[in-house]
Amino acid sequence: MNLASPHLDAAFAALADPTRRAIVARLALGEATVMELAQPFDMSQPAISKHLKVLENAGLISRGRDAQRRPCRLEPQVLADASGWLDHYRDVWERNFRRLDALLEEMKGEAKKKSTPRRSPKKD
Amino acid sequence: MRNTGTLKVTTPSDREIKMVRVFDAPRSMVFDAFTKCELLKRWFGPHGFSLSVCEGQFRPGGWWRFVVRGPDGSEMGMRGAIREWSAPERLVHVETFDDYPGEALVTTTFVEERGKTTVTITLLYESKEIRDAVVQSGMEHGAAESYDRLNEYLADASPTVAKA
Repeated sequence: MNLASPHLDAAFAALADPTRRAIVARLALGEATVMELAQPFDMSQPAISKHLKVLENAGLISRGRDAQRRPCRLEPQVLADASGWLDHYRDVWERNFRRLDALLEEMKGEAKKKSTPRRSPKKD
Repeated sequence: MRNTGTLKVTTPSDREIKMVRVFDAPRSMVFDAFTKCELLKRWFGPHGFSLSVCEGQFRPGGWWRFVVRGPDGSEMGMRGAIREWSAPERLVHVETFDDYPGEALVTTTFVEERGKTTVTITLLYESKEIRDAVVQSGMEHGAAESYDRLNEYLADASPTVAKA
């Protein structure tokens, strides 16, 4: 992953627009045609097409060859780079491991409790 | 507080992901936490998912099966075929997901030094494409979270980017 690549600049610029982010979020669920995309946004098809062009130029989406439908789909790699998948992956696991830290502390406490009375039975 | 924490994640090759993390506990305890269901259920689960099913035979030649359930009720199943089991030092298993293609050879090592345990997990995928697809699928489950982060980034980004 190269955070300085011009490709990523284009991706971030494209994603700076809330409509285009919403389009990307919709396409994360599966491919869709311009008509399907235009509906929920209450926008004309040409307006949506303009947004799609920006996303396509940024490499975030690609469009099918079927001349009639030209379905849009997400290009996951660029988006993954854009959101820093390695950082994200790290965050997810670090959150897991913090829970594990807490569990291990608890386990150490319990191990101590169990071993203490045996080692010094007079304390009880 | 202690000399542990801070996970390191690297990609030693196109097909791998490697994680290194130090835990402030003896190795046998950490090994148990990685291999016993009642303990796994206490900590394992990405993206707010929790381990709803954990079963298997944790021994040489054994297997395990996990189902993780998300806050929205969605479930994701995964399974492992245990290839190597050297408690409490080293584990090798082949991991597959119910809903995603491809498999990963996962090697986990536990090294203890002065009461602290360094865990190294290496995931080796069949190809870069599969590695990226699996990571990507995992990210889709946390899509809302990703977009929030992206939004934060964009909010902080330079005015030239914001205007574009």
